[in-house]
Amino acid sequence: MSAGALASRFTALRQARRRALVCYVTAGFPDAAATVTLVQGLAAAGADVIELGIPFSDPLADGPVIQGSSQRALDNGMTYEGALALIGRARVDVPIILFTYLNPLLAAGPDALRRAVDAGAAGVLVTDLPVGADPPREEWLGSSGLAFVRLVAPTTPPARMAEIARHGSGFVYLISRLGVTGERADLPPELPLTVQRLRSATDLPVCVGFGIARRDQATAVGRLADGIVVGSALVAAAGRSIDGAIDLARELRRGLDAAGGELPGAGAPTRAAGEASRATPPA
Amino acid sequence: MSTLATHDRFGIFGGRYVPETLIPALEALDQALTQALADPAFRSEIDDLLGTYVGRPSPLSTAPRLSALAGAPVYLKREDLNHTGAHKINNTVGQAVLARRMGKRRIIAETGAGQHGVATATICARFGLQCVVYMGTEDMRRQELNVYRMRLMGATVTPVDSGTRTLKDATTEAIRDWVTNVNDSHYIIGSVVGPAPYPRMVREFQSVIGREARRQILERAGRLPHTVVACVGGGSNAIGIFSGFVDDRAVELIGVEAGGEGLDTDRHAASLTRGTPGVLHGSLSYLLQDAAGQVHPAHSISAGLDYPGVGPEHAYLKDSGRATYVAVSDAEALAAFELLSRSEGIIPALETAHAVAWVAAQAGRWQADQPVLLCVSGRGDKDVGQVSALGLGAGEAAGGVGRAGAAGAAPVGETSRR
Ligand SMILES: Cc1ncc(COP(=O)(O)O)c(C=O)c1O
Repeated sequence: MSAGALASRFTALRQARRRALVCYVTAGFPDAAATVTLVQGLAAAGADVIELGIPFSDPLADGPVIQGSSQRALDNGMTYEGALALIGRARVDVPIILFTYLNPLLAAGPDALRRAVDAGAAGVLVTDLPVGADPPREEWLGSSGLAFVRLVAPTTPPARMAEIARHGSGFVYLISRLGVTGERADLPPELPLTVQRLRSATDLPVCVGFGIARRDQATAVGRLADGIVVGSALVAAAGRSIDGAIDLARELRRGLDAAGGELPGAGAPTRAAGEASRATPPA
Repeated sequence: MSTLATHDRFGIFGGRYVPETLIPALEALDQALTQALADPAFRSEIDDLLGTYVGRPSPLSTAPRLSALAGAPVYLKREDLNHTGAHKINNTVGQAVLARRMGKRRIIAETGAGQHGVATATICARFGLQCVVYMGTEDMRRQELNVYRMRLMGATVTPVDSGTRTLKDATTEAIRDWVTNVNDSHYIIGSVVGPAPYPRMVREFQSVIGREARRQILERAGRLPHTVVACVGGGSNAIGIFSGFVDDRAVELIGVEAGGEGLDTDRHAASLTRGTPGVLHGSLSYLLQDAAGQVHPAHSISAGLDYPGVGPEHAYLKDSGRATYVAVSDAEALAAFELLSRSEGIIPALETAHAVAWVAAQAGRWQADQPVLLCVSGRGDKDVGQVSALGLGAGEAAGGVGRAGAAGAAPVGETSRR
């Protein structure tokens, strides 16, 4: 699989008017074998994309749940190479993107991305490599054959949103709120407006993450965006039981499916049909 | 594309490797800094505070007995005499004035030895700003006095119990706080580390050390120093004093890192001497890490040097050959702590003691007319509890200098040549 797998997955989703369920798992948590079982279970439960987290010792964008899982994975001996091997072991029909901090990726060497492509990864997302921070390395990631998923934050001004989208592929990951990863009780009130702003800046699919943990939240976000990213809630559940995490994914799938149908302000195919002026926030 | 200005790279090092959420804040900070530096009122507000509140200029002292040991006239730049007892306040004053201009009412800081936390709490008390300081629980134990001082001045000290429970994890937590509260908070980073523009900004505020020292030594010694020596944790006191001499190509610049239990053990904090390039806390620099890019825990007896990274400008100075970096062990630093106390009546911070140890061990290196400038980055009151608990430092006075000097000398040379 490679960049194309992610693009065709989102095209298919839009045609089916179905929202994407993007599930994050930390490679090697609770252990390597359980990660394989979990990835397979999530795919069967209706995940459309899997983010496979490369554990890092100092995950500064993450809250305590993902930090704890990363530490446990490192204690279990998980590495970049080990994470790539899990892709082959899981053999799922769902695009897998590597979710990593820059340092372990750099340490994996100049052909790290080629090895990821060979292992079957479809994309890569680097939490601490914002657009414009390091053009040569961004070029390396952008031309690797993997989709290069970029992040937009609630603080990102509209002009920069467009710039970020231009330098990314696959989908745009919209961080729903300030702060680090972790479950939250409610959705930020300004989210619809932020999604609308981002929509008018790009035709790439928009998936919203950070803090989504429950079925009702999945439905609410599914009404705004192309998909949701769920991380900490799944990792916390997986820490208790793999079956529990898979059940949660099934719940979130139901929540998302309740939000199906026409997507307000979405790009292609809607925009292709000449409805570009939809980019005004709902009253 | 909004790429970084070249002044935010030091050769290949530096940069801005942070979550997207912080990018607009770093850009706003960069702009505010540029505007402020062009505004004479900003300069004069800082100068006034440095003069009337911090007590600058800090003196340049001679050190007759240390000079005898080193075989060269040693001059001490006395940052230990600043209000709050270290160079850290030069930076916190500058950043707090800037934060106030930017309308930020809440200040975040990380601290290792507690000196930066105290310096931040101090200026926040003075300005009426809310102050939250992150500190590893291991460091809270080692630097209990400073925890009390911060709380006395109204700061909230938040214990950090993850990872190594030291400066690295405190910095990570401080960044997480900033990502969460970026709209109303300013993060006062304590050294020349972090994402751009921090390394350049902190250098700017610490460069007062080098400017003063250059003028003072020209007055007193009638010439430039042969060698300038400073300890390096993140590297702010070293960059501060180096900046006064970096363009004087003949002046040798020496940074002294923490060699911990030895460079051939895995318990040290010598990022430049033993590390490899990597990304931590927003910049690319030398880093203690394993082959998989996982950050290796640092160790030093001194909390302020106990950090696996180092400022990117030092990485550049090392690679370009402009500065040389050496390491001094825990034991050597402890001996030098005692040495400077007994021989000069100056109790240095354990961080500073690393630089003292290196100088004390260099007999024969200099000629009698080659002045050595040593940055006394801070005073050691904060370390007295920790050192006395080790049962060190307060033995019989007999042979104080000679004994401590000898204890400091032999092993130091060995470590720093490795
Ligand atoms: C007295 C003193 N010196 C040196 C340091 C090390 O910091 P830097 O290398 O940034 O000067 C510290 C840090 O806490 C300190 O308190």
